[in-house]
Amino acid sequence: MHVLPYLVATYVLLVGCYGLATSRNLIHAVGCLAVCQSATYVLLLAVGYRDGGTAPVFSDVRPGSRPVVDPVVQALTLTDIVVGATVTALLLALTVQISKRHGTVDPDELRELRG
Amino acid sequence: MRASLSRHTANTVASVNFDQRAFDTMGEMTILFAAVLGCVVLLRQARDEHRDRPEPSEVAVPVRRYALVVLPVALVTGLYVIAHGQLSPGGGFQGGVVAATALHLLYLGADYAALERVRPVEAYEMGDAVSASAYLVLGLAGVLAGTAFLANTLLPYGTFNTLSSGGTVPLLNAAIGMEVACAVVVLLARFLDQAVEIAEESGE
Amino acid sequence: MRHLLPLLPAVPLLGAGLLVAGGRHVPRPAAEAFGSLVSATTAALAVVLLLNSSPPLVEWVGDWFPGNGGSVGIVVTGDGASLGMAALVSLLTLAALAYSWYYFDEPPRGHAGSYPALMLLFQGGMCGFAIAGDLFNAFVFFELMGVAAYALTGYRIDEAKAVQGGLSFALVNSLGAYFMLMGVALLYARTGELAMARIGHGLDQAAGQHGPDALTLAGFVLFLTGLLVKAAAVPFQFWLPDAHAVAPTPVCMLLSGVMVELGVYGVWRVYGTVFSGPGGIPAADFTRALVVLGVLTGAVGAVMCWYQRHIKRLLAFSTIGHTGLFLVGIGVLKAEADDGTALYLLGHAGVKAALFACAGILLDRYGSVDEFSLHGRARRLRLVGAMFAIGGLALAGLPPFGTGLGKAVAEEAVGGPLTVLYVAVSALTGAAVLRVAARVFLGLGPQPEEHRGEERDEDKTSGSGEEPETRQRLDKVPHTMRAVPAVLLLAALAVGAVPGFAGVVGHAVDEAGSWGGFSSVEWTATGVLLDLLSTLLAVGLAAVAVTRPQLLGAPGWALPLRRLQSGHVGDYVAWLLVGTALLGALALPGVLG
Repeated sequence: MHVLPYLVATYVLLVGCYGLATSRNLIHAVGCLAVCQSATYVLLLAVGYRDGGTAPVFSDVRPGSRPVVDPVVQALTLTDIVVGATVTALLLALTVQISKRHGTVDPDELRELRG
Repeated sequence: MRASLSRHTANTVASVNFDQRAFDTMGEMTILFAAVLGCVVLLRQARDEHRDRPEPSEVAVPVRRYALVVLPVALVTGLYVIAHGQLSPGGGFQGGVVAATALHLLYLGADYAALERVRPVEAYEMGDAVSASAYLVLGLAGVLAGTAFLANTLLPYGTFNTLSSGGTVPLLNAAIGMEVACAVVVLLARFLDQAVEIAEESGE
Repeated sequence: MRHLLPLLPAVPLLGAGLLVAGGRHVPRPAAEAFGSLVSATTAALAVVLLLNSSPPLVEWVGDWFPGNGGSVGIVVTGDGASLGMAALVSLLTLAALAYSWYYFDEPPRGHAGSYPALMLLFQGGMCGFAIAGDLFNAFVFFELMGVAAYALTGYRIDEAKAVQGGLSFALVNSLGAYFMLMGVALLYARTGELAMARIGHGLDQAAGQHGPDALTLAGFVLFLTGLLVKAAAVPFQFWLPDAHAVAPTPVCMLLSGVMVELGVYGVWRVYGTVFSGPGGIPAADFTRALVVLGVLTGAVGAVMCWYQRHIKRLLAFSTIGHTGLFLVGIGVLKAEADDGTALYLLGHAGVKAALFACAGILLDRYGSVDEFSLHGRARRLRLVGAMFAIGGLALAGLPPFGTGLGKAVAEEAVGGPLTVLYVAVSALTGAAVLRVAARVFLGLGPQPEEHRGEERDEDKTSGSGEEPETRQRLDKVPHTMRAVPAVLLLAALAVGAVPGFAGVVGHAVDEAGSWGGFSSVEWTATGVLLDLLSTLLAVGLAAVAVTRPQLLGAPGWALPLRRLQSGHVGDYVAWLLVGTALLGALALPGVLG
């Protein structure tokens, strides 16, 4: 079992979270969230990998002639990418409005909601 | 794998997405729809804002030529990817994004006004909603016919590795492709509006 | 019948699509009417399915039944608990749509259908999550309800606070969802399955003699992180007060009434189907983890609730307090506690939604939700004041409300020191609401001073300076806005008072749950006494607070707690990581041993 992809996924996730926690710019923070999400892609694809396998598409490969990687995981990752892109878009829309209303995108300077 | 081959769908990933786990894809399409609707709502013109006419700017001639040449190629590529989703890598999501961004080459190559002429946003919003509803209606057809929601048992499976194989997979694929393309166009339109057109009232 | 199950999310989603497609061309009342109609249809469908849910309905969407080897399709469960939650979601959405009928702020230009469409998408997402029997499908609907909620929370883009609260909500919950997805990936790696029951089976087989290992633990911790973020357990709760302070009132009704509760429901469901066998997380660890977090959540929620002056934030913190109680209730792994928690949850949904509805009326009528600046001004709103006070008493557990019955059953089941927690949290949150009612609607007590002790202005969010949600301040409160909380309170009363209803709920929950055995659910003498005790405590605390405010002023030790709620999204993310680590630490001993 290959350990490297799992370690990479964990590392990317933690780096993204660190960036989120210490961010001084909301656009950077949304980018960090996208980084965290890439960690999920790496993990999902690592889970589905089979040694020597190729893409599970049979338009040019005869079924059964070669091992293929797990198609379910590929489908899950596709769904995940779409979900992530749309959530990022929504977050950026909120950021645009924050910059207009607050005049800043620095989270340290947003003082409206405390206590 | 056996399941997708039994339904004559060569691209097993597409089979998983549009046949075996079509319910997930329905949810995912709806998330895209909801996020775009959310962006439309969040990026609307506020009470204290107005719209300016966008100013045309100079575009270098090579860029303009390149954009105008590549645009039809990219558009056709996008449509190709959508149509062959059940056969080769690709599908509604991927093809839809390619087609939508192809349209925006017009913005890069010409200017915002040209883009607006080609892209009446209301039509795209309606297209987005109609194709999303179409996917759901296709699913409902299963229930109305007495079988399950999103059952792929109503249409013939066709011959393996041809354009019409897979039963309802190509139909759902097409619905998704159209939905994604329209949704991405609307999304970019809203963000571009914010950047280019909407400005605060003077004398704030 | 079971083929109709996937329609529960599909119908609202289709309604939303049609609303957006046609929304440009129809006038606003037509769009809102259509939205309410679709919502009501879904509610009716949920109730019909609920009545047919014993034995539980199981549907593999697309008729992809599991074959030899593994399963490929998506399973959807229709048992009493899941359909009950779906019905609750639908009915509450209908109430929220009725509340916002026509008196809500300008819709975006040319997009008259967008607000009801977003509400329908929210409803569809929540229904889909409630009936999900497949982990990835649960994630997809979790994200759907999240996306709709983020957009609805930030709806009032003209307000600076609204977009900030919306962004905090969106960032923290999305991060939780990604953690959840990583958990799903790990569990799929171990078992090759995505259907919950099959994963549980697979885990048991894979574990064999030696029990769960680090991978199972990691999957458990990551998946629960996402659910607990949604449920606003400590230390994941920071987004909730910010979101509730700024979201439009009908959205707050749904957030506090059902969305947070779906997080708790998810924890119960996932533990029961996936992790409760010998290959999952040992019962003792699960109980320890959930009880510790539940106690912390209840305590933090109740204390922070007491020191708020922003009425909506006060109600938000009371939701956090009650979430703590729900988590303790499901954590002890007893059938009676499950039943009690289910009833408590039902009653709480009605009561909390009604309280938010009343707060919204105050906002629209007076342009403020600040306890201090509204002092005595709402004397003319007698019905609203009465409803607010009754809501406070119901929160404290007054019999025969559903909250009282649920609390009584759960209290007796958890036993011992945890009963004290139940009494304390419900009394404190009820007292806070009663205190607000006394000050705002009756004008009792001296006008509170602005600055007391060491509180600084920056540490508080006052409720003044808010914009009303209707087009302008209302002179007369419309009937729909008054009728909705009344109906909700009556429903909460019916949950506890209608004979036999509680028994039906209990039976449904027991059938859906995994602890085996059926318990009876009824009013007992001890239960009634405990309820009366907490109610009397609530009234007493409120009276003291109103007449002698300096006696119960903010003590020094509460200030650092309040400063933790900083409004800074980076802090919230840091706390999320701490929480994941804490959860892992609490569940670790069983895996090691």
